[in-house]
Amino acid sequence: MGRSSLPAAYHANCTGACGRLLRAVAGAAALLALLVPKAAVAEERDRFSGPRAEMVRTIAAYAEQSHDALGRAYIEPEVMAVMGTVPRHAFLPEGTGGEGWLSGFLGRDLATIAYADRPVPIGYNQTISQPFIVALMTDLLAPAPDDVVLEVGTGSGYQAAVLSRLVKRVCSIEIIPALGASAAATLRRLGYANVETRVGDGYYGWEECGPFDGIAVTAAADHVPPPLIRQLKPGGRMVIPVGGPFVTQQLTLIEKAADGQVRTRQLLPVAFVPLVRKAP
Amino acid sequence: MTVRLAIGLLSAATLAYEVLLLRLFAIVQWHHFAYMAISVALLGFGVSGTFLFLARDRLQPRFAAAFAVNAAGFGVTALAAFALAQRLPFNALEVVWVPRQLLWLAVLYLVLGIPFFAAANCIGLAFIRFGGAIGRVYAWNLAGSGAGALGLVGLLYLVPPESALRLITGLGLAAAVLAALADGRRYRKAAGVLALVAVALPLAVPHGWTALRLSPYKGLSRALAVPGAEVLSQSSSPLGLLTVVGNTRIPLRYAPGLSLANTVEPPAQIALFTDGEGPTAITAFGGDLAPFAYLDFMTSALPYHLLAQPRVLILGAGGGGDVLQALSLGAAAVDAVELDPRVVRLVSATHRDFAGNLYGYPRVRAHVAEARAFISGRPESWDLIQMPLLDSFAAASAGVYGLSESYVYTVEAFREYIRHLRPGGYLAITRWLKLPPRDSLKLFASAVAALERDGIATPGERLVMLRGWGTTTLLVRNGAIGEAETAAIRAFARDRGFDIAWLPGLAAAEANRFTILREPWFYEGARALAGPDREDFLDRYKFAIRPATDDRPYFFDFFRWRSLPEFLELRTQSGAALIEWGYPILIASLVQAALLSLLLILLPLRLRRAGAGRSPARWRVMAYFLLLGLAFLFVEIAFIQRFVLFLGHPIHAVAVVLAGFLLFAGLGSAGAPRFARAVTGGRLRRATPIGLAVLAIAALAVLYILALPPLFARLMALPEAARIALSLMLIAPLGTVMGMPFPLGLTRVSAAAPALVPWAWGVNGCFSVISAILATVLAIHLGFTAVVVLAALMYLAAGAVFRATLPGEAAAAR
Repeated sequence: MGRSSLPAAYHANCTGACGRLLRAVAGAAALLALLVPKAAVAEERDRFSGPRAEMVRTIAAYAEQSHDALGRAYIEPEVMAVMGTVPRHAFLPEGTGGEGWLSGFLGRDLATIAYADRPVPIGYNQTISQPFIVALMTDLLAPAPDDVVLEVGTGSGYQAAVLSRLVKRVCSIEIIPALGASAAATLRRLGYANVETRVGDGYYGWEECGPFDGIAVTAAADHVPPPLIRQLKPGGRMVIPVGGPFVTQQLTLIEKAADGQVRTRQLLPVAFVPLVRKAP
Repeated sequence: MTVRLAIGLLSAATLAYEVLLLRLFAIVQWHHFAYMAISVALLGFGVSGTFLFLARDRLQPRFAAAFAVNAAGFGVTALAAFALAQRLPFNALEVVWVPRQLLWLAVLYLVLGIPFFAAANCIGLAFIRFGGAIGRVYAWNLAGSGAGALGLVGLLYLVPPESALRLITGLGLAAAVLAALADGRRYRKAAGVLALVAVALPLAVPHGWTALRLSPYKGLSRALAVPGAEVLSQSSSPLGLLTVVGNTRIPLRYAPGLSLANTVEPPAQIALFTDGEGPTAITAFGGDLAPFAYLDFMTSALPYHLLAQPRVLILGAGGGGDVLQALSLGAAAVDAVELDPRVVRLVSATHRDFAGNLYGYPRVRAHVAEARAFISGRPESWDLIQMPLLDSFAAASAGVYGLSESYVYTVEAFREYIRHLRPGGYLAITRWLKLPPRDSLKLFASAVAALERDGIATPGERLVMLRGWGTTTLLVRNGAIGEAETAAIRAFARDRGFDIAWLPGLAAAEANRFTILREPWFYEGARALAGPDREDFLDRYKFAIRPATDDRPYFFDFFRWRSLPEFLELRTQSGAALIEWGYPILIASLVQAALLSLLLILLPLRLRRAGAGRSPARWRVMAYFLLLGLAFLFVEIAFIQRFVLFLGHPIHAVAVVLAGFLLFAGLGSAGAPRFARAVTGGRLRRATPIGLAVLAIAALAVLYILALPPLFARLMALPEAARIALSLMLIAPLGTVMGMPFPLGLTRVSAAAPALVPWAWGVNGCFSVISAILATVLAIHLGFTAVVVLAALMYLAAGAVFRATLPGEAAAAR
């Protein structure tokens, strides 16, 4: 069954011209961001800008189908703009990808690996998430310029870098010391000054840095640590991806209402209707 | 005699190696790709048939040397192939993203195929050499294989799998020594050297070569990467590699699907990993149940709010988390059933103080048993039968169980559980939550089917399904759910922020309030399954959620062909998570094996147009050995399944049944010449030995597949030893006759067209491989009964193919 047989109402919120317009806006914003570096970071306008723009286009195409997760068929233009500037290749471990024409030919060069829409191993039994999922999670956190965000599981530091361009402050905890140290160094080197990192157990959150407007738990857990819920501000959002290291199966979005009530939404990153419609 | 011993020894080593590889790959990778690799590697048998067909003239005069070289080659490459395979950068999890990974899989096939090729050369050479005594050669081959299967299981209780690998290398080399000695004095010196190597090599190979290198993405690897983690103990058995990990700096916290309303941190825990997957946990217990308040915040806690001081049976107790839950929520008595004795020992001996001797606690009784075998042998009943999460989330979400048969979630199993409930009692089954729903709806459908078969007209009135953000729990009540229960269920769910997915009289608006889904999928599914729309819903759903039965015990297979194009289109947008990979990989294995087999079988005929390949008998020979290859394994695999249920313990069942079939087939093969003489000299003038043998097989197989289930149901209560003895008695006649058609046929080929002997052996080898895969595919679609009926038909067809004399065969030789 193809997409065409999805119920029409499914795309009702924003289809056709509306979708095209939004995509155009997102694309223009991404392009603009490429041309005018936003902050102190020397976000490279180099041989990686082409692949990065291509990556952004892929994300935009996927986002059209992520209605289930977002309630709309696009990722916010601000998020897309940042995806178009953060140098993802700089977060991969040294030595990723080969050199020379052969690597390029085989698609094993750094630019291809870094900006393909796929998770990439970064050592220490970890991966750097698929760019689409990074964009989706960022969007789900609904970042605002004054927000303080906690990330549990720094990994490569890429997600923190993306978030840092959209909020006031990012506090990120990594459990594996070597990984935490290298991510901290990368973030420092690239000038992401509003990211604070620390090595330790993410279970207890980061009391001194909080309370938080958003929490991204990038390391899968079988339950949500109660301290994290406590450190979430009323009105705050927490996103937890569920799945293995190479596949995100579903996203859990926890929202704390102004009155402290906690609600959860469970989202598929992809448009999928499990039931075939009855033949008319 | 020496040669026959060498054949037996080598056959034992080869089968042990095959089974061991599955074990080893289950530990270092995930077993579905391993299954694929090994099934293709087994085509080394087919390659050998082709090779010998071409090289027989050169090898036959040097039989002893050729046998010895190949046996030694098997020994050395068995170890080397695994060491090399572990170093290939193949990452099954990355295939979705990097299709290039498939090239590494192909390399894996080649590497693992070499030892099987070498071993098959030995047996094939023996068939050529002993054309007149094929029955005996085959007998030793079968008996050796049987002993290998049984021996390996025994061995795995004693030594870790790496050591078993070394021993197999030694056995291969020992077979080479025997072969060298068989040729008088000619190779005595070589035999001496080989003997030295046979002893020295397994001991001398550095530890690093055979040490298991777990995939870095397995739960165990990840847990050990956390600072402070240490392996407290590790033990190996046929049931798996059990690793206990502790971490005092960054403690493990295992509380699957815990409600967000919970504010209590779980106490200290240590983690259990089976084959590197997990974890499950052993929780610190000091006699005070107060720290376990968090266990009331799981979906599995619901039945304790509906029962007062229940008598509880936990099927799959593991490290005891659910026992603690039962105790802290007021259970009067707990029977904790766990399959793996080592897990019980960890709780009650190794970590006794940490676990507070939980399994020795006054209200708790621990039993080491398989769930179905335990319950069907019990006369008593319980207020609550709990089936906790038995598998890790990683394993569940990766769909690695897609092809494992499971008898704990079949309709027959449900009926058995329900039969053991007291009036008003509950069966509670908890699973990881998957989106879109799969297991939970399949369980629901199974419960409905079981209740209907028990004559309940409105099954929906006895069912409750609860949905948290991480787990679902299905309750089946022995009796209708009344108003008091309904109120208690609603209160429980509301206080913990769980949604009710099914409850008699539930309104749609109630089903999607706390963990909000785009559509109330679980409720809609349950409503359809409980109502008259069931068939229609099962047809239209994009996952296979028809209930599993004992005849088709594939609970974890949710794959539907119809949905594949959509899954593939979405694969890079996490559509890969929508697929249970077991079935597609099985089909891929089948296609590969079939194509390669075709090539291997037809190639020799092409290459040697002028010679034996032109033998007019070739197509009938091919048909005969093709059918035997398929049918033998069909029967064997189907009966392993039947007996697994009866024998309870899965590993023991496979070992006993496999070994039983092979040993008795060996006996049959040895007796085949005498049988042939008796038939041809007997009074039944129109009967042929092959004809009689296949008739007997077909009759017995069909009789068994129909008569065994009711017979087993009555005898389940017998002790395990009695059940094993009875199983062997039942296997004996069938196994014996099944050993005959192959040597009877090959003897005739040897007389009519000797050049075709290795080719026939190769055809048989190829189709045995295909058969093993095809049997599973057919069982998924049609059930094991159909597999056996097909096998019976194929045996009859084989008999018909060889009924007339072969070209070049004297009529009397039949």
